[in-house]
Formats: sequence, structure tokens, C-alpha cells
Amino acid sequence: MSSVATPAPTPRRRRRRSRLERRKSRLAWLLLLPALAVVAFVAIYPLGKTVYYSFTNQEFLAGITPTKWVGLQNYRDLYHDSIFRSAIWETIKFTLITVSVEFALGLVIALVVNSNFKGRGPMRAVMLVPWAIPTVVAAQMWRWMLDDVFGVINDAGVRLHILSHAHAWISQPSTALGAVSAVDIWKTTPFVALLLLAGLQVIPKELYEAADVDGASKLQQFWRITLPLLRPAILVTLIFRTLDALRVFDVFNVFFGNRPDTQTMAIYDQSTIVGDGHVGYGSAISVAIFLIIGLFVVIYVTFVRVTDE
Amino acid sequence: MKHRALLIVAGLVGAVTLAASLSVAAAGTSRPTSHATPAKSAAVAPPTVPNAAAIKAKYHGQKITFVGDAAVGNSHVRDQKLVARFSKDTGIKVTLEPHPAASDAAYSQLARNFSAKSSSIDVMMLDVVWPGAFSPYLVDLKPALGKAAKLHAQGIIQNDTIGGKLIAMPWFGDFGILYYRKDLLTKYGYSGPPKTWSQLFSMAKKIQDGEQKTNKNFYGFVFQGNSYEGLTCDALEWVASVGGGNFIDNGKVTINNAKARTILDAMRSQIGKITPQGVTSYTEEGARLPFDNGDAAFMRNWPYAYSLSQATGSAVKGKFAVTVLPHGAAGHSVGTVGGWQLGVSKYSKHRGAAIELVRYLTSPAVQKFDAIFNTNVPTIPAVARIPAVVRTNPYLTPAIANVARVTRPSKYLRQSYNEGSKDIYQGISQILTGTPAKNVLPSVASKLQRLVK
Repeated sequence: MSSVATPAPTPRRRRRRSRLERRKSRLAWLLLLPALAVVAFVAIYPLGKTVYYSFTNQEFLAGITPTKWVGLQNYRDLYHDSIFRSAIWETIKFTLITVSVEFALGLVIALVVNSNFKGRGPMRAVMLVPWAIPTVVAAQMWRWMLDDVFGVINDAGVRLHILSHAHAWISQPSTALGAVSAVDIWKTTPFVALLLLAGLQVIPKELYEAADVDGASKLQQFWRITLPLLRPAILVTLIFRTLDALRVFDVFNVFFGNRPDTQTMAIYDQSTIVGDGHVGYGSAISVAIFLIIGLFVVIYVTFVRVTDE
Repeated sequence: MKHRALLIVAGLVGAVTLAASLSVAAAGTSRPTSHATPAKSAAVAPPTVPNAAAIKAKYHGQKITFVGDAAVGNSHVRDQKLVARFSKDTGIKVTLEPHPAASDAAYSQLARNFSAKSSSIDVMMLDVVWPGAFSPYLVDLKPALGKAAKLHAQGIIQNDTIGGKLIAMPWFGDFGILYYRKDLLTKYGYSGPPKTWSQLFSMAKKIQDGEQKTNKNFYGFVFQGNSYEGLTCDALEWVASVGGGNFIDNGKVTINNAKARTILDAMRSQIGKITPQGVTSYTEEGARLPFDNGDAAFMRNWPYAYSLSQATGSAVKGKFAVTVLPHGAAGHSVGTVGGWQLGVSKYSKHRGAAIELVRYLTSPAVQKFDAIFNTNVPTIPAVARIPAVVRTNPYLTPAIANVARVTRPSKYLRQSYNEGSKDIYQGISQILTGTPAKNVLPSVASKLQRLVK
């Protein structure tokens, strides 16, 4: 991650920059300009517009109610919105479950496919299959597999005497979150494994040889060599997955539609803007989601800084 | 090699992942699919376009887009046939696009389109509850189709007339009916379908207990229990049929009353008992598939399911009949009014051609075709009385068709209808998945109260 890399050391004492330096810096800005323009167009403009809308009563069906500035009203309403509060909680629970399980499984898989064994090549390809399936398709398949009447999971579970009777995994509130997390874990673990595998492959082999010479056990090697050197890859992975999980929409949409007890932040936002047509209030929700995700990024980056020193 | 233990553990994990990915291939076969084809598709051809020469002379070669019925059941095939006929006769090229199957998703699609002032949709299907919300974006059809509108049931024409403008034409009607298995009723000693909800519950239970001995996938009753617009329709029938009102009556929110609470709690107590546990995620097709597969004794659905359940390939062909929905001890049977209209977008670049398509699709000849081919309820009373139509649509016999029709509260909620309906179906969904009605309905009522102006 670029923000993790330490910037080039800047000279302590300020001095006048030479003409050459100034010309170089002008050239740098010039070369950056197209990229900055693109970023401004695709990221900063929509974000700014969303923030602006969040202070208005903008409606989806334009022209029925006149749009006016309402100040902080949307944010005051949001503060008292119990549905949004439960959506935040639901999303955070989902994030904690999926990211931790995906990380644990992904690390194990990465270690396996990083070691030498017969059929390693095919194994690396096969493990990516779930990741290659579009989320909506995967979610629909799982919905059928988890069906209480026709689902293969209940059928197999009952036949193997793991389950006493068929469960409606998706319909029952007590198992709904577990069911949806299972799909995400199944689908995204390969991605986590892939990122960690990339991290494992840049660790020099010599370190392990030296450790062997010194008589370190495999477990010691893992804790003292692999894990510390894998840390940058681990952080990138965790940040990626956490941000992804916090804005989850697709699996929940396929599984639950507009069910009230299983709304994530993004589902609630979408149904507010597109279903109810409240663009203004929905924008306030969007800004809140942006800030919540931002908070997680700050926590991660701070953690990196602290542990770097 | 110490590495080996770790490798084996991790290998197992990998194998599980692999197994999971392979089981996906099998997943596609785990749900029954209905390859039913309509029995009469070959016999019925779409009618020709009247006055085609004049239309051709005026609009030949113009291109319009029609957002038609979802790929639910037979309806998309019906659209394809009609549009092909229209294009052939008039030379107007029509791009047909099915709308999303969930009507709230279809609503969002149109809302997005209108907000963007887009000309990419010319003619669109409109749910009976939408005219209030979309009227500012629709062409007044009165000058062109005012005369034709006189043929239709006037209640629906009033629904489609906003501020004196006829902003949509009725295409087909809908109302909720009860499908039941004649053969199973006889087998278990019943002389006729249930009259009250408690009769339905006990009959469903008895039949289910008997049938599950040989078919463990068999359930007594299926309906639309998912958290979506369809649940608002089903719940309205439950509540209205026990005398609990229509959610909003005369501008006052009435949803939180003792009768409503009792019937909703009674429904909850039947989930998993006479219905599959998963009925709380069923839509129209979710209910129809098990019924057509012979896995349900009773089903609440719209008339569209009739032709499909009666088609070759359906396991219940010839074994079922339809009737009015049950009622409470004190109430009477009702059916929620559904149905679809056709409107023309104000932003259409080919208004004239678009209106001609609407004129054709809402004509008596097409309604007759639709009623026979696709078992949709005609909105033209004269068509509903044609003997050939009644023969293929038994719910058009007066005993069923004259059931009290109840309407969703769209006229009180207007452009907030979608939001209000969401408050209703999310509340009902909470009840069906386990929360007592008395803990849910007060907050639904206060949410609705905010939206009623």
C-alpha cells in the first residue's frame, strides 16, 4: 500500500529551491494533471455532490416537491434513526465474522499452496474457482442450496444425521447472518489466500535456510520469520476485506431483499434513495457510511504507524 | 518433516473448499424447474392490428422501446408475440424489454428513468398503485384513447385518471384467489374448499400429515411471504377478510387493531406448521413452483398461475381448482386488486407511435387473446363475459369474480406509496418471522401516519 511506504526523507532545513528543481516540480504537476482530473471527475465530484445533497430534501422523482436546503436536519434524523443503528450493528457483525474467518482460512490455504507438493499448480488454479463466480450468481446458488425444502445442504445434513431436521437457514433470523456470512467466506477466502500467497513469495528462502541451520523449529520459523515479514501483505488484505465487507450489498440483496432484520448499511441506503425516493436523507446515510469506513481506515493506518516505530 | 502435519490440515481445508465449489454444479438441479408450456399457445394467435395501413403510413420505420412484463410465467412470451404482430403490421420497430420480476424493483427502474428525463423508454407497464407517483411524467392519453377507455371497467379508469388526465390505460386486472387440490380434498374426505381461515389451517394440516408419509417435501399452504410488495397484497387480504380494515381507511391509519393483530399472529403460528419454514422468502413463483410440482395442497396466487399450473408438464394439471380466499368467522372473502396499466413517457421521442402500441395492446381483441393465452383478467367487462374466455378462466365465473375487491392504500399515500408499502410489508415480515403483532403494528401505524397527508 502506497501510504504505508515511508516517504523520501525531506531535508530538515528549508532552503531556496534551484531553478532546475522548480522546473522539475512544474513538470511533475503537469504530468500528474490528467490523473488528478480523472480522480476529481470520478471521485471528488460525486462525493461532493453527495455531501451537498445530504443538506437538502432532494427527492428521487424530481419536480414533485421543490428541493430546498434543510441544514443539518437529515443528520439529526439519522442520529435518532433506530433502523440505521441496527444496520450499522448488523454490518459490523458481518464484517467481524467474515474478515476473521476469511483471514484464518486464507492464511492456511496460502501456506499450503506456497509449499512444495505434487499438483501445486492445479491446486492454485482450482482454489480460485469460487472467487471467479459473480457474487450474485454465487448467492443465488447458495440460496437454493440452503433452501429448507429442496436444498442440498439440508438433504445431506439430514441423511448424514448431522441435522435432526431441515432448517430454513435464510428465513430464520437466528441463522440468517451465519448463512450469508458462509457465502461470503466461501467466495472471498480464495482472494485473501491469493493476496497472502503473493506476500509469502517475496520472503527470501535464505532466511529459512539460516533458521534451519540455527535449529529453529518450523513453528518458530512461522512466528519469527513468516508472520513478521508477511505483515505488510496481511495489513493490505485486512484493509481490503474490511472495507469490502462494510459496504456489502449484493449477497444480502439476493438473500433477503428488503427484509427488515437483515439490512446492512448499504441495503438501507439503497432502499432509502431508490425505493423511498429520499435522495437527501439517503445522501446523509451515504456520508455516514463514508465516515464509518473512514474511521476503520484511520484505525488501521494508525496501527501500522504505531507498529512501524 | 514437521511441515507435513500443517500441510495435511491445510490440505483438508483446501479440499473442503474444492468440494464446495464442485457442489455448485449440483446446486442447479436441486430445485424443481417447470418447463411447462401453455396448452393453447399454438391454437391462439395474436390479433391483427386494426387500421394498420394508416398507422404504417404515418409512423413506419420509427423505433420505440416497450418495457413489458417480467419473465414470470408466460407473460414475456405473450409480449413477444404481440409486439412481433404489431411490428409486422405497422412497420414500427419495437424493442421489448422485460421489467424486473419484483414490482418494487420495476418501480425503481422507472423512477430512475423519469428522473433522468430519459427518452429510452417509450411505453411502460405500470402497477395499479403507481399512477399517483408517476403522473407528472406520463402523457395524457385522453385525446387519443378517451373513447376506447369507455370500454374498460370505470373503477380502473378512475384509478388511472389523475387531475383530469388519463395517464394510463388498463391492460389486465388481477385479484388474489385460492388454488386448491381437488384430488386431495376428496382423498381426505372434504366435500369442498375451506370457507374460513381456521378451516384452511386444519384441512392443510390433515392433508400435509397424510401426504408427508410418502412425500416429505409436501406442505399444506404456500403464499407470498417474502418481504416485498406481494406480502402487502397477501396481508391486506388476511386483515380485510376478518373485518380488520384496509390498513388505511378514509385517510385514517387503521392497521393496528385487535382483529388485524389476531389474524397476523395466527398466520405466524402456521409458519413451519402447515407451510414450509422458508415461505417467508417466497414470491409468486416461489409459491407456484412447489404447487405445480405437486408439493402443496393450497396456494394463494394471482390468476396468471392458472394457465401454467394447467399446462402440460405441470404435475397438478387437471387436479386443482380455484375459489375465493377464506375469511374470518366474522368477515367475508376479499381479493386484493392488482393489475397493470400501460403508459407513455412524456420524454418519448415517438409519442404517436407509442400511443398506437398502447391502443393495440389495450384493445378488446388483445384482451381476449391475453385472457385465453395467459389467463389474465380482462379489464373490459364485455371481454370477461365471452364464453371462451370464461371457460379458460374459471375465476371469471360470477361466484368468484364478484368477490369484494380490496385496494392497497395508494390513494392515501400517493408518491409515498412505495415507502408506506415497505413499512407495511417489513412489519408483516417481522411478525411472520417471530415477533408478536402487538410489538410491531404500533410502529408501522406511526410510520404510515407520517406519510398520510
